[in-house]
Amino acid sequence: MIKHIDLGSVLRGTVSERYTNLVTRPTGHAVRGAIEQIMRSIDSATLTVIDFSHVGLLDFSCADEIIAKLLQRYDARHHADAPETAYFVFRGLNEAHLEAIEWVLQHHGLALVAEPLDGEAHLLGDVNDDERAVWQVAWRLGAASFPVVAEHAGIDASRAEWALDQLYQRRLLRREADRFVAVRPES
Amino acid sequence: MTTVINVPPSLDEGTFEKVLEQVAAVPADAKILVDARHARWSSPYGLTALLTLAQTRTEKAAFSGPEADDTASYWQRAGFYKHAESLFELHGHVPRARTPGESDVLLEITPVSHSEDVHNVVARIQTKAQSLLANLNIESKATMGFAMTLSEACQNIIEHAGTGGWVAVQTYKYRQRLGRRVVVIAVCDAGQGFKRSLESSGGRPASDRWDDGMALQEAIMRGVSRYRDPGRGQGLAGIRRYVGRWDGKLSVRSGTAKLSIIPDWDEDVPLVENLPPFAGAQMQITIPEKLAR
Repeated sequence: MIKHIDLGSVLRGTVSERYTNLVTRPTGHAVRGAIEQIMRSIDSATLTVIDFSHVGLLDFSCADEIIAKLLQRYDARHHADAPETAYFVFRGLNEAHLEAIEWVLQHHGLALVAEPLDGEAHLLGDVNDDERAVWQVAWRLGAASFPVVAEHAGIDASRAEWALDQLYQRRLLRREADRFVAVRPES
Repeated sequence: MTTVINVPPSLDEGTFEKVLEQVAAVPADAKILVDARHARWSSPYGLTALLTLAQTRTEKAAFSGPEADDTASYWQRAGFYKHAESLFELHGHVPRARTPGESDVLLEITPVSHSEDVHNVVARIQTKAQSLLANLNIESKATMGFAMTLSEACQNIIEHAGTGGWVAVQTYKYRQRLGRRVVVIAVCDAGQGFKRSLESSGGRPASDRWDDGMALQEAIMRGVSRYRDPGRGQGLAGIRRYVGRWDGKLSVRSGTAKLSIIPDWDEDVPLVENLPPFAGAQMQITIPEKLAR
């Protein structure tokens, strides 16, 4: 199941009809609360597309409150009970958002899948070279076992398996039996 | 008895200390007259700091504004008198209030005490910031960073002051040190200040020394916040990064100390201590015109 959340609408619906900018910590807190409420209402495995297309500015405090705290909640490295059924793709990010997002991701050691409207999806944030390489292969292939990913990425199988498992724990990839699956809105 | 506090002809972050030196000798419940009759110019910092000064007085201060028409008129356009009339006893000539929309000021003095104030300030500056920064030869991508910096500076009041504060933004030619145009953000409050804010949740480091200077260093240089949340403290770090990227200057005064991040073009001192006491925190962010290559 794919759930689309337009952050601009969430902002206007939860904080004020007049606002277009995601600024201040209380605003971020309210918006994240609304997202989490939507997430709680969904039972099945879900890929949630968080859409920034209608958001103007995003400041550091709001990015920390929305993105960092949301990702931490669903990251198995931060929460042992992180659900295995919730994945995110962030869409519509532009320069006005990236500075704050990159900063908070690095600050907390987090990463996310960004899908620009006019380009290739990529990982943003704190990822190492192996993680980035295997993620790109998984994205390109859609789904593959770790030996296949290792071969395509040109790295040792044990390193690939480790990197894939890290990405899975961070909910940047799904896992189906022995295959790692890209979190793509169209898959 | 009323003590007259003389406002220097040119009022900015540096000369405001002369005002505070005079005020320091007068108890908060004693009457003062802030005499700005001979003032000819003020930075946004000077104007917001004067309003902040009024808030620190338990006995309402009297105020005589600039005699020069153009100066008085600018102070009016900058929104000073709009707020001063409730904080001071105004003496002498008060310039005519202009109708909304007439102001040439980038962001008039605006009170900040709630999250919605920050939303309004950011929305107002966004359109103006784009053309302003273009005039300073700064790339358009700096516009968003400028608005973010303003947002985080204002939030510092809401999160830490425990009271409302003031923000103002203006551009002017900084002849004294730079000979270039600058855009200046001034954010002042009369709240609890950095030292008490950090003390309120055990943010004070385990050290024999603990004073305003150390509190500023903890908050600004090390990102320490009174909140336990590891995501806190990023706002000031973000301001520092923005200021550094655009060769700007950041100075934050709190209590009896002032800490500055100083670019090559300025000769200020990184940490000044034993200043006259002043409640709350006062921040100034200066972004200079970029020289065309």
